[in-house]
Amino acid sequence: MSKNILSDISRDFIYKLIEKGQRLDGRAKTEFRKVEVETGYIGTAEGSASVRLGNTRAVVGIKSILGEPYADTPDTGVLTTNVELIPLASENFESGPPGRDAIEIARVVDRGIREGKAIDLEKLCVTPGEEVWINFIDIHALDYDGNLFDCANIGVNAALKSAMVPASQHDKGEDYPFPVKHYPISATFVKISGHMVADPTYDEESVASSRLTIATVENGNLCAMQKGLGGSFTRQEVDQAMEIAIEWGKKVRSEVLNIG
Amino acid sequence: MGGAKTDIKLIDENGLRFDGRKPDELRPIRIEANVLKRADGSAYLEWGGNKVIAAVYGPRECHPRHMQDPLRAVVQAKYNMASFSVSDRKRPGPDRRSQEISKIISEAFEHVIFTHLFPRTSIDVYMEVLQADAGTRCAALTAASVALADAGIPMRDLVSSCAAGKVQDTIVLDLRKEEDNFGEADMPLGIVPRTGEIVLLQMDGDLTLEEFNKTMSLATEACHKIYELQKDALRRKYGVTDDEDVQESVDAVAESVPDRQEEAEEAFEDEQEES
Amino acid sequence: MNEETDNVSASEVSTGRELVLPGDMLSDSKYKAGSGTYLENGKIFASQLGIVSVRSNFINVVPLAGRFIPKVGDQVIGIIMDVGPSNWLIDINSPYPAPMHINEAPWKVEFGDTGRYLTVGDLILGKIFMVDEVKHVQVTMRSHGLRKLQGGQVVEISHSKVPRVIGRNGSMIQMIKNSTGCRIIVGQNGRIWLDGEMEAISTAVTAIQMIEREAQTIGLTDKLRELLESANKKKG
Repeated sequence: MSKNILSDISRDFIYKLIEKGQRLDGRAKTEFRKVEVETGYIGTAEGSASVRLGNTRAVVGIKSILGEPYADTPDTGVLTTNVELIPLASENFESGPPGRDAIEIARVVDRGIREGKAIDLEKLCVTPGEEVWINFIDIHALDYDGNLFDCANIGVNAALKSAMVPASQHDKGEDYPFPVKHYPISATFVKISGHMVADPTYDEESVASSRLTIATVENGNLCAMQKGLGGSFTRQEVDQAMEIAIEWGKKVRSEVLNIG
Repeated sequence: MGGAKTDIKLIDENGLRFDGRKPDELRPIRIEANVLKRADGSAYLEWGGNKVIAAVYGPRECHPRHMQDPLRAVVQAKYNMASFSVSDRKRPGPDRRSQEISKIISEAFEHVIFTHLFPRTSIDVYMEVLQADAGTRCAALTAASVALADAGIPMRDLVSSCAAGKVQDTIVLDLRKEEDNFGEADMPLGIVPRTGEIVLLQMDGDLTLEEFNKTMSLATEACHKIYELQKDALRRKYGVTDDEDVQESVDAVAESVPDRQEEAEEAFEDEQEES
Repeated sequence: MNEETDNVSASEVSTGRELVLPGDMLSDSKYKAGSGTYLENGKIFASQLGIVSVRSNFINVVPLAGRFIPKVGDQVIGIIMDVGPSNWLIDINSPYPAPMHINEAPWKVEFGDTGRYLTVGDLILGKIFMVDEVKHVQVTMRSHGLRKLQGGQVVEISHSKVPRVIGRNGSMIQMIKNSTGCRIIVGQNGRIWLDGEMEAISTAVTAIQMIEREAQTIGLTDKLRELLESANKKKG
C-alpha cells in the first residue's frame, strides 16, 4: 500500500519461508485469518458492523436518506460506497480526501455488492422517477494489517444483513429490512516471489508483486475481479484463486454471516 | 446553543431529566486502554451514546517539515466524526467545527506533554467519533488522554474533560443531544486534575455569574470522577503482578537505568582509546 | 491533592512493585528526580506510565511503553534508508533518523564510494555515538562486534519490552538461544536479529513475540520453557 520499512533480510526471510510453503504467522498459503464480526455496532446508522480480519479492523456504517433517482434508473435506489483510510489506522495513512488506494478498495467492494446483485435496488424505490432511498456505505479502517479489501467486503455484507430501511422516520410506512438477495464475498491473493498466498498481512503486501481480488456469489458465479500492483498472474494461478475464492465465499456465508 | 422551543419535558416535576438522570449525574462511561495494534497508544471510550476511539502515533518525524519546531515536539490532534456517527449522514472530511475542536484539543495537550524532550518531532493524536450523542469533544479529549499515556508519552498528568450546562433553568451535568439542542447553555471543560488547571474551556448560551459558578463546580467535580476511570482503564491494562519473575526482570531493568549512560560513555571511551 | 501529599511519605516509596501513571506523586524532597519523573514545588511526580524504582538516591519510572529515544552508547540494529556520497542515513526505529559518516564505518571508504559497502535495505549493528541537545544523532560501526548483519531474520518489538525479552542477567534470551540454537542479537531499539535453521528462527521469533505480548503475566518463564520444549518435541 505504501512505505513499510522492511530490511532486505526481512524480505528474504519471507521469500525463503514461502519457498517452503510457509508464512510469517504460521498460516498455510491459502489460509485466511480469523474473522470476527459484530453487527448493530453503531446506533446512529441504519446498519453497521465492526469487523476484524486478523489484526486488520474496520467499522462499516450504512446511512439512508430520501432523494431523487438517477434519470436512467428512475425506479431503483442509489448506492454509494466510500472508504476512509484514516491516519488512526496506520502510520502510512494521511488525512485528507480519499486517495487512490482508498478509492480502489471502495470501488472493488462496491463492484462486488452491485454486480453480485446483493441488494434488490428496486425495493429501495419509493415513487418511481421521484423518490428513492439513497444509501451510503461508509467503511472506516481502524487498524491496518493488510487486506482491507476482504475485511471491508465482509463488513459491508454483515452491515447490510443487519440494516433496516428507516421508512418510519420519513413517514414512508414501517421500517423494513434491507432487501438483501445475495452475499457476494471477495477473496484477495498476492504473489510473493512467484508464490500465491491468500489474505496477505501488511508485511506480505509490502513484498508482494501482484494482487488479485475475486468476488463470488452463492451459486459459485463470479461477480467482480480486480488485479492490482505491477506484477502478473498466470492463467493457472487465476484458476486456482477462483477455486479458493468460491470455497472462502461459502465459508464466510455459513460461518461468519450464518446464512443458509 | 439551540435554545429552541420543544415539547419534550427536559426536567420533570421531581427535578429529574428526561433520561431519568439527576441534574448532577453522569451518563455511564466505559474506557478501555490499548485497543489497537498498529498505533503507539490507543483507547476506546463509550460515554452514554458516544463511541470514540483514539490513537497516538509518536513522537515521530514531523511532516510536513515546515511544521517542525527545532526545540520541541508539536502536538497535532485531529478530531473527526465518522459519516455514520450522527443521524443525518455527515460528509466525510474536516469541517470548520472539527478543525476548531482539533485546535483546542491540541492546545490542551500542549500544556501537559513534555514536548521539549522530543525536539523536531510530532506527536499525532487521532480521535474518531464513531457514534455521537453530544459531548463528543469531551469524550474525545478523555479518550485521547488515555491513549497518550498508553503510548508512553511523558506528561505532567492526564487531562480529564466533561461538560455541564443549563437546561430549562436547571444546571445539569453532561448534556445529551436533546438537552444540548433545546437547553440554554453548554460548557465543555477540560482540566489537569492534579492541579485543577483549566486547559479547555468553551461556552455557548446564557448563564448568570452565579449559574456559571455552579456549572463550573459541577463539571470540575465530574472531571475528577472521570480521571479515576481513566486511571482505572490504564491500571487494568498494565496491572503489574506480584510474580517474582516479573519483578526480578523489572528490577534488573530499573537498576540499569540511571547508570547506563555513564557506563556506556566510559565503555565507548575505552574502545576509542584502544583503537 | 493535599491528602495525597500527607498520605505518601518518602519512606513509603515502593521499589519495582507498583504501577504509576503520569501525575502520580512519588516522593517529597528525600530523593532526586530521575528518568520518567518531574519535579514541581519540591515534589516528584511520575511523567510516564511505568514502574517505580529507586537507585542511588534517584527515583525513576521505568516506562512500560513509548518509542525508542536514542542515548549515547545504545547498541542498535538499523536499516539503511538512504546513501549519500559521504554518509548513510539509517532508520533506528526512533523518531530520529540517524546518519553515519564514512569515518564511522568499519572500512576505509572513499568519498562517493559509500554504496559499495552499504546500500538501501541493508541491516547493520551499530552504536549511538553522539546525541546533541536537540537530538541530532550519529551512529558508528567502529567498535568491537559492530557490523553489517547478513542472513537470518529481524523482528521488531516495543523497545520498552527489550529488558523483559533479555530477562534477568540475560536468562530469557539465553533460554531461547540454548533451546533453538539460534544466534540472537538484541538492539536496544527493539530490533532483534536471529540466525540459524529456518525452523529454529521461527520458534525463536514466536517465543520473543510471546514474551512481548505477555510481558506482565505470571509464570512467564514456565510458559516460555513450555513453548520451547513443545517446539523441540515437534521437531523430534
